[in-house]
Amino acid sequence: MSSQATTQPQPRRYLAYARRSLLVSIWFAILTFPIIVIRANTITGTITWRWHNIGWIVGGTFVGSWIWRYFLERKRAGAAATMGPLRQRLAASRAIVAQAVRRPAVARGGIAALLLLVVAFPFVGGMYQTNIMTTALLYVVLGLGLNIIIGLGGMLHIGYIAFYALGAYSYALLNFHFGLNFWLALPVGALVGGLFSLAIGIPVLRLRGDYLAIVTLAFAEITRLVLENWSSLTFGTAGIRNIPRPAIAGIRLTLPQTTTFVYFIMILMVALTIFVVNRLENSRIGRQFVAMKEDFIACQAMGVNIARTKLAALGLGGMWAGLAGVVFAARTTFINPASFTVWESIIVLCTVVLGGMGSIPGVITGALVLILVPEYLRAFAQFRMLLFGAVLVTMMVFRPGGLIQKRRRAYTISAQEKQVAGEIGDPGIQG
Amino acid sequence: MVLDVRGLTMDFGGLRAVDHVDLQVNEGEIVALIGPNGAGKTTFFNCVTGMYVPTAGTVTIARPGTDARQITRMRPHLITAQGLARTFQNIRLFSEMTVLENVMIGRDCRLSAGILGAIVRNRKTVAEEKQVVLDSYAMLEMVGIGRWANETAKNLPYGAQRRLEIARALATEPFLLLLDEPAAGMNPQETRDLVALIRRLRTDHHLSIFLIEHDMSLVMTLSERIYVMDYGKLIAVGDPGEVRRDPSVIKAYLGEDVSA
Repeated sequence: MSSQATTQPQPRRYLAYARRSLLVSIWFAILTFPIIVIRANTITGTITWRWHNIGWIVGGTFVGSWIWRYFLERKRAGAAATMGPLRQRLAASRAIVAQAVRRPAVARGGIAALLLLVVAFPFVGGMYQTNIMTTALLYVVLGLGLNIIIGLGGMLHIGYIAFYALGAYSYALLNFHFGLNFWLALPVGALVGGLFSLAIGIPVLRLRGDYLAIVTLAFAEITRLVLENWSSLTFGTAGIRNIPRPAIAGIRLTLPQTTTFVYFIMILMVALTIFVVNRLENSRIGRQFVAMKEDFIACQAMGVNIARTKLAALGLGGMWAGLAGVVFAARTTFINPASFTVWESIIVLCTVVLGGMGSIPGVITGALVLILVPEYLRAFAQFRMLLFGAVLVTMMVFRPGGLIQKRRRAYTISAQEKQVAGEIGDPGIQG
Repeated sequence: MVLDVRGLTMDFGGLRAVDHVDLQVNEGEIVALIGPNGAGKTTFFNCVTGMYVPTAGTVTIARPGTDARQITRMRPHLITAQGLARTFQNIRLFSEMTVLENVMIGRDCRLSAGILGAIVRNRKTVAEEKQVVLDSYAMLEMVGIGRWANETAKNLPYGAQRRLEIARALATEPFLLLLDEPAAGMNPQETRDLVALIRRLRTDHHLSIFLIEHDMSLVMTLSERIYVMDYGKLIAVGDPGEVRRDPSVIKAYLGEDVSA
């Protein structure tokens, strides 16, 4: 765990950490003094001074800050400079894995194993685990959809959950009034999500960055408020209950069977999303999205219709939210506006940013981490959200680009094609 | 005449950045627009390419062999599709994309694949994508940076980034190429290579070239006609020799006190 990269001798560097950590812990002690030390009893009118608590705060902050500083320093020094024996072994094993994956037999085996895991999961994990995983998969679809807008198109959209709500409500209401079944509701939900996304896209075409964020945020809130207050249509805050679960005609499923069934619907939907998003990404439209994100002025100067490209990203993104919304409504059998707060939008945004903008495996990992971690942290009860926050901050500090960062695709040009191209060019003046 | 600008005026609030400028570029010509900093050259460029909507005046272009067509107030991507392509003074590449992808974006306005094609990947889309890669690679070879095709654009050396901007502009199949300070920040050797490249582009691709430049040696050796701007107004037009001797140009560049 030693580092030879920095010129400063180690003991002195650790001493420097200690000094700063001490400052941090003293500052923290002062900051938390009123709530940690003083306890006022308003009934008896007495104050209890709990001085021992300060010891815990100072000690804990000191150790935490020291460790933080240590890892931050290592990160700054770069991976190569801090190759301890553990790191070296890790890097070596990573290289072996990377090499193995390239072998077709291993890759096929890996896919088969993953497939087996995915199929076996609901039967091994039980209903509780399957339910959690289904929620996580919903967020995977939402994350991948939002990724089209943010990760590829570079538009900071904070109102994404509104389309999810619209998808859910379109199934719930169409079913309530016209008895539309789940399977027909899927394309309808996607259409509604996509169209509404386009509809709010048109007025905000000129907006970028923070301004777009504010407008989309407002849109999400408006959607929620309309759902809450338009009682004659949406049943207001009371919500809609008894929404039918997905079913196959003529077969009666028990509750655990339905849970498994929904899980597999979500698996298929995730597979479809990955397929479509991947194809979009590696196409003309995907290139336009990324170019627009990188530099919209150069992009339009190169002949790309920015307005059309923006709308395409919004429409394609909104569709997935609508689709996921239908599944959500069918799964919970009850929806009300409280399920679609801005907080949900923020979570989806986090899955994209945390996972790695524009990267499909990144967004999937991000969604799984963000949904599963708080679930499994339930054991820590009231510290759950505190730990969750700490995990987020740590990840963003140490991997600001996301868990799995996007790599641009490399194109191969055959030697023969190179020669043809080379004849056009003049070898006399090479860059 | 491939470019005909009449009475172009651009106001920013109370400031008149470009004041009734008339400018023409003939087929196959290399024309330069020079002037001190802040003279309104780049603003003029932005008006011609549709980045700004001019306050007054008209811009007309004509692809050789076709009828003239007014492009004033047209949106930038449509102007590019008409056959006008530009580079930027402060390089504006898609820096996180690869070099090849940058050029592929340049090809974009000549493509027809849609969203459905991208998902279904029908034969036509696949063929088009393949052709784009090849065409774009050919563009890179033409400006001499083919070996960096799969590098991330931001990692290229400075001179190569300038070349990549030119390749990207060429990919749009222009008949008129507008270069905004193409030699800015280049060393003498790079500038010489650039002059050769621009000349070759003109002859090989039947391009007309309109450039803004600060590097006087480049302007004087390369351009056939020079327009000089100062404070938004055109103060001189002529071949390099004439412009160099023009007293008003000398005054604009060197100040009041120096006489010719």
